[in-house]
Amino acid sequence: MKALRNYLDKIKPQFKEGGKFEKLHSTFDAIETFLYVPDKTTSSGSHIRDSIDLKRTMTVVIMALIPSLLFGIWNTGYQHFLSLGQDAGFMEMVGYGLIKVLPIVVVSYASGLAVEFIFAQYRGHEVNEGYLVSGMLIPLVMPVDIPLWMVAVASIFAVILGKEAFGGTGMNVFNPALLARAFIFFAYPAQITGDTIWTGGLTKGEGVVDGFSGATPLARAAAGAIDKLPSIQDLFFGFIPGSIGETSKLAILIGAAILILTGIGSWRIMVSGLLGGVVMTLIFNAFSANAYMTIDPLTQVLMGSFLFGMVFMATDPVTAAQTNRGKWIYGFLAGFFAIMVRVFNPAYPEGTMLAILLMNTFAPLIDHFVIESNIKRRLKRAASLMKS
Amino acid sequence: MADTIKIKKGLNINLLGEAKKSVSLYHAKEFAIKPTDFIGVFPRLLVKEGDAVKAGSPIFHDKFKEKVVFVSPVSGTVKQIKRGDKRVLEEIIISSDDNNDSIEFGKHDPNSMDRASIIEFLIQAGIWPMIRQRPYSVIANPDDSPKAIFISAFDSSPLAPDLSMIIKEELNTFKTGLDVLAKLTSGKVHLGLPEGRSELAGIKGVETTFYAGPHPAGNVGIHIHKLNPINKGEVVWTVNAQDVVIIGRLFNEGRYDSSVVIALTGSEIKNPQYFKTFKGASIKDLMKDNLKSQNVRFISGNVLTGDKVRQDCYIGFYHQQITVIPEGNYHEFFGWATPGFNKFSFSKAFFSYLSPRKKFMLDTNLHGGERALVMTGQYEQVLPMDVLPMQLIKSCMIEDIELMEKLGIYEVDEEDFALIEFIDTSKTNIQKIIRNGLDLVRKEMS
Repeated sequence: MKALRNYLDKIKPQFKEGGKFEKLHSTFDAIETFLYVPDKTTSSGSHIRDSIDLKRTMTVVIMALIPSLLFGIWNTGYQHFLSLGQDAGFMEMVGYGLIKVLPIVVVSYASGLAVEFIFAQYRGHEVNEGYLVSGMLIPLVMPVDIPLWMVAVASIFAVILGKEAFGGTGMNVFNPALLARAFIFFAYPAQITGDTIWTGGLTKGEGVVDGFSGATPLARAAAGAIDKLPSIQDLFFGFIPGSIGETSKLAILIGAAILILTGIGSWRIMVSGLLGGVVMTLIFNAFSANAYMTIDPLTQVLMGSFLFGMVFMATDPVTAAQTNRGKWIYGFLAGFFAIMVRVFNPAYPEGTMLAILLMNTFAPLIDHFVIESNIKRRLKRAASLMKS
Repeated sequence: MADTIKIKKGLNINLLGEAKKSVSLYHAKEFAIKPTDFIGVFPRLLVKEGDAVKAGSPIFHDKFKEKVVFVSPVSGTVKQIKRGDKRVLEEIIISSDDNNDSIEFGKHDPNSMDRASIIEFLIQAGIWPMIRQRPYSVIANPDDSPKAIFISAFDSSPLAPDLSMIIKEELNTFKTGLDVLAKLTSGKVHLGLPEGRSELAGIKGVETTFYAGPHPAGNVGIHIHKLNPINKGEVVWTVNAQDVVIIGRLFNEGRYDSSVVIALTGSEIKNPQYFKTFKGASIKDLMKDNLKSQNVRFISGNVLTGDKVRQDCYIGFYHQQITVIPEGNYHEFFGWATPGFNKFSFSKAFFSYLSPRKKFMLDTNLHGGERALVMTGQYEQVLPMDVLPMQLIKSCMIEDIELMEKLGIYEVDEEDFALIEFIDTSKTNIQKIIRNGLDLVRKEMS
């Protein structure tokens, strides 16, 4: 390791101002700090600092996403061979899944990080770690048959217009990963809706066994085919078609546990989001105007990307409400609207994406009211003092 | 019966190098008074190099408040007047003659004096700078009438000295000091004590409150917030507990005796213990043969709020602790990816949280690069105040004075944000931001 350090120290001057590779300063910096925690020390204020940094934080989030990714890879193979009516071994399924999923992950990271590096160099700051998570979230919310070029375009769109246009990581209004998905949804609706895209190879439709439709539970529910919904077990463990990372609720809950135990994901948003979803479902149950409205809360919550959205998307600290009380309101409304949009929206079976994006817009407003109440409390204190 | 206030939010940082509970005498050869210790003071010198001074002799005064003088802690000669960039007055060094001659002011009984003459006496004896005010944490304005005076008789910061142990040795002098302060306010004098310690409990004439919980439970700012929060236009005075003893000595003995007990702490000190010396003592001789390694950071004060000083530097006017910790100027291979059994963190992202009682050796490494303020909900967990820390910090950054006022800038001091700075994922210098905010408001209001 000493040799590597010495090598880095040797080439470092060339990347400094006036050096040969000055234009690659941010790139060198990103690689160096990736390999080594910098030797920078405190200069003023607190002389000691917590061991945590943004790299560690983002790493924990990626660890929380790994169970969903691994299950998604296996499920891609499982659904594929199911659609063909073939028996396949575990390794075959994983193998097929890897071939389908890994390229999406690679393309998402490569295209998004390229933009991040360019902007970091252009703006003269260090490369932010935010995209490490976005780059993993984007593949997980994609259907497996998505064309790779579309992933690249969506990632680049999300980073430039979703993040850099607002000033970079920490300043963005919308969750970049959700924006990437919304971009594809509005730009190329054919590739992200319908029954055939959720199962690997089904788009081409060759050799599919009779009776296999590939429809997601949400599509079935929207069609009113409540009796054809998968069992609670299948919904929970995830043996169903859907976006790559959203199907297994077990994997998502493992991720949620990691985020909550480490304190990195907001449990307030997760809990209130779930609560919001359940409350909306119960309201629907009370009216039961159509078949969709009669679905019980447990099934509603287990269907689609509701849990994935509440655990990994709504909790994004930058685009969520920032005050603790605001987080309760924000999460509740996100869950509430997710189910509402899902049931009422005729064109698109899932509401989680649009509900969270909507709440991203309102997060600053929610915070505003929380801040105002804090200010009022302070003013009231002063006023009561004047009287006495 | 005194009340107990339970503080839930906060963090105790367990460091190696706690001082052994034995007090030795430390005869320093040199002492210094550092104008930079006093926020907002524009010093004008009253001595020149070579002058003979006594303990209590004026050294400089504030250009804009001439009657507030800053005096020599010991007797001897002015050895050097040190200036820094732009001729900023940094240190006035006095070499001690070991006689400890002091100016005789005569004994006074605070109970038979009125407020004005007490203030006059404190200013004349050079003790006034020990009385500071909130908001802004600057030297109190003698013309103000504070709504209360707060004294925290315990320090909860890392490796902090045990103030109860120090003060109970001079309990009567301490009581005289409290009597003096009681005359200065129409409100109450509040004494904050740690829960479970009774050495200082039961003092008459003051309102005693016990505090339980982690740091910053001992911060006077937290006490004020819990008992008598500061609204716009109000002023609260605060005095360090050991300075109350010095005030008591002035009235009981009639002279300025600046002796204080300081704790020499930190993982790089071979024999961490307490020393009795005078204010502004040189720390040079304390370090001789007492360091475990050479690449170290010397801090006057504690690791969260103290000043970075040189090895041949002097203890700060308001400090009662010297901490020496290792410098952290090294590269750590994949440091962010290790399990981290040995890495202290407030978050639970490292396995060290499985051993909460373990004591750590922390160095000055930042443990990461500076980033945008991404994480939310962290700051709130270590600030036991009804203040929105993230929003207040941001209002200071954009210098929006009206918003700062609304969000409670008058109630906070930079030291209250020290823990926030410690746990901050984005490695922002938050205490500096708060200080700039306070300075801005102070200039705007004066």
